[in-house]
Amino acid sequence: MYERESAWDVYRQALPVIIVSLVAGLFAGTILGSEAMRDGIESVPGILILLPAFLATRGGVYGSLGARLSSGLHQGIIEPRFTLDRRLFNAVIASFINGMVVSVFIAIVAFLVLWIGAGGGNLLQLIGIMVVSGLLSAILMLSALVTVVFVGYRRGLDPDNIVGPLVTTLGDVFGVAFLLVAIYLVGLVL
Amino acid sequence: MVMTMVPLLAALSILQMVSGSVLEAFEQVLLTNPALLILVPVQIGTAGNLGSIMCSRLSTQLHLGTFELALDNPEVRSNSGAVLGLGITVFALVGIAAWAIGRALGGTLSLVEVLTISLVSGTLLAVFVIVVSLVAVSTSYRLGYNPDDTTIPVVTNVCDITGVLILFAVISVVL
Repeated sequence: MYERESAWDVYRQALPVIIVSLVAGLFAGTILGSEAMRDGIESVPGILILLPAFLATRGGVYGSLGARLSSGLHQGIIEPRFTLDRRLFNAVIASFINGMVVSVFIAIVAFLVLWIGAGGGNLLQLIGIMVVSGLLSAILMLSALVTVVFVGYRRGLDPDNIVGPLVTTLGDVFGVAFLLVAIYLVGLVL
Repeated sequence: MVMTMVPLLAALSILQMVSGSVLEAFEQVLLTNPALLILVPVQIGTAGNLGSIMCSRLSTQLHLGTFELALDNPEVRSNSGAVLGLGITVFALVGIAAWAIGRALGGTLSLVEVLTISLVSGTLLAVFVIVVSLVAVSTSYRLGYNPDDTTIPVVTNVCDITGVLILFAVISVVL
């Protein structure tokens, strides 16, 4: 039977999860506030424009992959093993394509916003940065998500409860870190 | 999956450009005050978390038949109280942490300034999250959509954008 919970019950249960994602957010913020990142933001016009969209995409793409993996495991149509199963393979490839297409799209829209607003910006540079950081986060998020969900499932954890916090935590921290790496790498080439 | 997700993600990214443009407009303030740059992902992330908690609890209550859009509904009261309490706790911690890390990164803002910005914008945002979640759950129900599917993405995206807007409104008042 469902029991009514007081505000204090809800508060106590939710606080630990919120604190964990808070620590992750602070890490992401610290990278963003670091001197290297501030130099990057200053040298590449448009980074701040694409930042919120870039961070939100990680949640959308990998959150939905996580939800798909958990439903598949619960229904028994995905086995918690690293095999070349068609369903697993298709879900992973689809989210990889989603992530890359949307990253390039974000670079183009950010360029347009910048161009309309200030008439500046370098489209090639923004696309390069989004492709590199999108690719790095895809590799990390796909392997981390599949590994943690499978290992957790085999140990009796409900993947529905792991996916949300995992995606937010890793997505925020590594999203910003890979953005910094991408600014550096693209700066070497262009 | 690609066909349905790409247009949705693309539309949401265009919406996110609103908060991006606000950030870009405050570029100089952000670059000289790293404490404020630290607040950006934390504020966005926490608002999303509070919104998801509120929405998934309210939609469960809707399915159980105990939800009613009224201020004297005990369920609505306890959930709103919890979200407000979580917001105030977390944004106080965020303010102190952002100030300390900002100092270490070479910022000059005082603890009072950073704490005020974080607490005031965070509390306003928590109230906004509560209102939007209540409206989203009852609207979704009235339109015949399952609020489990629709409300979390809508509310987290709305809160991302509003979070940045409220943060910079408060920053321009305080600084």
